[in-house]
Amino acid sequence: MSSKWDWQVFLQDTGGGRTYLDWLFSAWGWTLSVSAGGLVVALLVGSLMGILRTTPSKALVFLGNAWTELFRNIPLLVQLFLWYHVLPSMFKSLQSLPSLVLVVFALGFFTSARISEQVKAGIEALPKGQRYAGLAMGLTLPQTYRYVLLPMAFRIVVPPLTSESMNIIKNSSVAFAVSISELTMFAMQAQEETSRGIEIYLAVTLMYFLSAFAVNRVALVIENRVQVPGMMIGGAK
Amino acid sequence: MKKLLLVVFSALAVGAVQAQDTLKKIKDSGSVTMGVRESSGALAFTLGDGKYTGFHYDVCQQVLADIQKQLGLPKLDIKYQPVTSQNRIPLVQNGTVDIECGSTTNNATRQKDVAFAPTLYVEEVRTAVKASSGITSINQLNGKTVATTTGTTSVQTLRKHEKATGVDFKEVFGKDHSDSFLLLESGRADAFVMDGQILAGLISKSKNPADYKIVGEVLSVEPIAIMYRKDDPGFKKAVDDSIRAMIKSGEVAKLYDKWFLQPIPPANTKVGLPLSDATKAAWANPNDKPMEDYAKK
Repeated sequence: MSSKWDWQVFLQDTGGGRTYLDWLFSAWGWTLSVSAGGLVVALLVGSLMGILRTTPSKALVFLGNAWTELFRNIPLLVQLFLWYHVLPSMFKSLQSLPSLVLVVFALGFFTSARISEQVKAGIEALPKGQRYAGLAMGLTLPQTYRYVLLPMAFRIVVPPLTSESMNIIKNSSVAFAVSISELTMFAMQAQEETSRGIEIYLAVTLMYFLSAFAVNRVALVIENRVQVPGMMIGGAK
Repeated sequence: MKKLLLVVFSALAVGAVQAQDTLKKIKDSGSVTMGVRESSGALAFTLGDGKYTGFHYDVCQQVLADIQKQLGLPKLDIKYQPVTSQNRIPLVQNGTVDIECGSTTNNATRQKDVAFAPTLYVEEVRTAVKASSGITSINQLNGKTVATTTGTTSVQTLRKHEKATGVDFKEVFGKDHSDSFLLLESGRADAFVMDGQILAGLISKSKNPADYKIVGEVLSVEPIAIMYRKDDPGFKKAVDDSIRAMIKSGEVAKLYDKWFLQPIPPANTKVGLPLSDATKAAWANPNDKPMEDYAKK
């Protein structure tokens, strides 16, 4: 029976002049690139939208809410196909964009909706008095956000942002659907070529786990470094 | 204790021997399990509702009818077990499936685990392009984008071909066949490399079949065959004899016409794939040679 281990499968040539192990690492690289790119987009856009939703301007609140609801309520895979197949057929110029860019934005925008929700929650967790105190001291609204509200709000939401960062690595597996040869595509293709599905999937599982776990550890370091002793609010230690 | 172990082991050994003898198993149980596919082009597919059909399905029905006659069974209960590319070989090995009638490529690696009936259909990996593109050979694809489907042998074929010829093209991968075809249709890819049968089927189902052409050289030749357990000479002889007789009587040719040249369900479209020389040769000289033997020629 084929239940015996055969780890040497990773040393076989893929037919293109490199081994499956080389391919595994290159696929890991793609997974990390997609995730890192998506995370940058998600943090920037998500924070912006989250902040807009707490401003006094009704128009800005509406914009932030609309963005969040739009990207939160459509499944990720459907969003990806909208970016990859539908929009380029309407706007020809999009067709020349590499699929890496499309997937980074699709993943980034999807996650930004979730981050916007968390940033909003972080800001709203602060006592209203902090905002008023900032404004009363003569700071403009942007200055109040920059020097009073956001430094505390971001500290509060580090734990949920960590979860999102780990999620983005796992969600990056949808990129296989738009022809990015990341870990999931490697797994599907290599197991067909080698018939050693169990070894291949175990290796890929380990790669995903290591990546997400590394993010978790880095976030923990950040959380500890930026902690302000005695100033945490609401449930935080 | 020792004695008990001995009894257990000998029982297991007898069990193993019996499991190898598929004809006896069919005779004793009055039933047989056929492995079927959900979606393998005209070779084997589902009609929904647990009903299956296709070229290999029809061949197997005939084979099992012959076996029923040979065993003198008044009634043979055929059970259907859907299989996938991932589980078909283990399921045949462990006895869940007695005869797999899907779209399995007969190659040397698989012959270590299972056995194959004489090849009735030889698949040729080809290239589909837009008729307006003017591409007639894979060598014209330098700098172009080529689509294929993730999880198929075509990906590897393409990779090997690229390395051997030095033609440099960009690959894009669809997540399934219709996705890959969409890449060609929308212009994201200039060509789509896949099994000829699948390409022909997709083109016939497309919005405007005249817009596409299957062109160029055959990139890889793969004998597709009915699969069953290894080291079971009785069953192999029964199945192979039945298939040989069907080739001789012209039954196979009739089935080929039915599935590849006439309109077929569910959409009542034609695959439109005329009999290839390779398939003709396989019928003229029925054999279970693996794919590697075809490449040598």
